[in-house]
Amino acid sequence: MMNNTNQLKRADFIFKNENDWKEILAKNIKRSQQVLINELISSELKGRGGAGFPTGLKWKLSAEAESEIKYVICNADEGEPGTFKDREILSLVPFKVLTAMAICGHVVGAKEGFIYLRGEYFFLKSSLNQAISEFEEYCKTIHLDFSVKIFMGSGAYICGEETALFESMEGKRGEPRNKPPYPAISGYMNKPTVINNVETLAHAYTIFTYGAKRFYDLGVQYSRGTKLFSVSGDTPKPGIYELELGMSLTDFVNDFGDGDTKAVQVGGASGFLVPRKRFAETNIGYQGKLTGISLPTGGSMMLFNSSRSMYNVLDNYLEFFREESCGQCTPCRVGCQQLWIGIKAVKSGEKNALYLEKLLRLSETMQWTSKCGLGQSVANSFSSIVENFREEMIY
Amino acid sequence: MDTSTTLIKNLADQYGRSRNNLLPILQSVVKQEKYLSELSMITIAKELDISASEVYGTATFYSFLEHQKMGRYIIRVCKTITCSMKGKNQILLAIQDMLKIDIGETTPDGTFSLLQTNCLGFCHKAPTMLINNDVYTELTPEKVREVLSGYLAKAKEGENDE
Ligand SMILES: Cc1cc2nc3c(=O)[nH]c(=O)nc-3n(C[C@H](O)[C@H](O)[C@H](O)COP(=O)(O)O)c2cc1C
Ligand code: SF4
Repeated sequence: MMNNTNQLKRADFIFKNENDWKEILAKNIKRSQQVLINELISSELKGRGGAGFPTGLKWKLSAEAESEIKYVICNADEGEPGTFKDREILSLVPFKVLTAMAICGHVVGAKEGFIYLRGEYFFLKSSLNQAISEFEEYCKTIHLDFSVKIFMGSGAYICGEETALFESMEGKRGEPRNKPPYPAISGYMNKPTVINNVETLAHAYTIFTYGAKRFYDLGVQYSRGTKLFSVSGDTPKPGIYELELGMSLTDFVNDFGDGDTKAVQVGGASGFLVPRKRFAETNIGYQGKLTGISLPTGGSMMLFNSSRSMYNVLDNYLEFFREESCGQCTPCRVGCQQLWIGIKAVKSGEKNALYLEKLLRLSETMQWTSKCGLGQSVANSFSSIVENFREEMIY
Repeated sequence: MDTSTTLIKNLADQYGRSRNNLLPILQSVVKQEKYLSELSMITIAKELDISASEVYGTATFYSFLEHQKMGRYIIRVCKTITCSMKGKNQILLAIQDMLKIDIGETTPDGTFSLLQTNCLGFCHKAPTMLINNDVYTELTPEKVREVLSGYLAKAKEGENDE
């Protein structure tokens, strides 16, 4: 087991000053594509937007795709309930993100970058645009042909899904596409596109600053480096924390709980609810460990104490999904609706407790048959809440 | 030409007439007129040379693109889990009590509309709300009344805050 220290390992890379960005940019665009890709691959950085795809491999695939025009997109849609770290990065260290985007442009051969910023963060737009002008000015002086534009979202969670995001930028409904083809080959405007989460780009900056080893040495096997955690709910210290990956949930709760933590929702509404009895065996990181449960996460950690009704929590999530489902495919559109109505029927006594089994099967069907991650992940919170807090669903 | 048609022509000139510019154009119309009327959607379709149903389809997808005339200040109270747990309902009550409108309604003088919305991304400072583009966090009924009074005063002075 990896974590015998009973302590969380705090880190401070992401928000450390960004004053050296010009140096980092100038230095790195002189390095070859291959060298930069190898650096990222050996760091084992995985996407911080939730899915955990290896970033170096993503850039490599896009670099190898043949096209005159390619794009780099920073995903700042940050809509997952309980996640608020990307906004902090863009507010405090925007130049790190822009620098990483430009290095990515250099690696894959893209001249245009976009930041897809959720409509709720409109207040960030003007300061971000200011940073962009200063950034583009500097790019000119070092003869780097790279521009960045902000594209505003309009209040649709699903547009954080990468292909829905492209549709949205193309002026359409934010309905996810079938995959493959993957964005690295055919993304925005059907051109090869690297799309990365804000935080992923900030980590890339760390790696291009200190080298892959420094990053790789943090965290645990399969889950290297640090991660920002958005901590909220029943905790005396809600906020944003950078921690090494691989921690156990027990250690997390010891540090952040209020002494009465009943459960933790890891990964937002589309993640899993972990009840107290499973804290010890649950680690925060990506899949691949042989023992215990590993939960990947976009970094949302919501704590609930014993005063909270898990029925209310599930009801709130299902209302969220039901509103945010794009409605394109039947299992998700109808399923979200039926799960929501279903738990209400059980609670009111209109349906008996066995009906929960039917609902669990429905959520499983949604997992297998939905077109995108939204419909596929409803079962995560649904089954983890219903199975662990069955009585609360009924009485 | 009425003002709405002129506005849309200008926006199309400014952003360009390709499909990629549809969302920014829709957003700008909503900002100016506080909603998308059928007429403005038809006008946009003509300007961009796409079918009106395409414009309608896109426009109806996004929760921030309104189809009913909204008030000058749109209040969006976050109703997602942490804000709910930390007193969202008291916040709503305070607003409803002060403005005498229900969720989904607009004050008769057209100053405020009240809506609920999903996670605003400030769960560590719950409960929260958005008024137009400004975020207000760690709300209490008291604080809400203070904030709204500020907007009321602004509205009275006819201050332009766009
Ligand atoms: C419903 C849904 C919503 C998503 N929302 C976001 C989001 O807000 N931000 C984000 O970075 N990724 C989001 N993703 C993941 C993206 O599709 C994509 O995997 C990610 O942007 C890739 O970047 P990364 O590899 O750096 O994590 C979402 C996925 C799904 C299925
Ligand atoms: S799973 Fe849901 S959100 Fe995803 S494409 Fe289907 S209906 Fe849309």
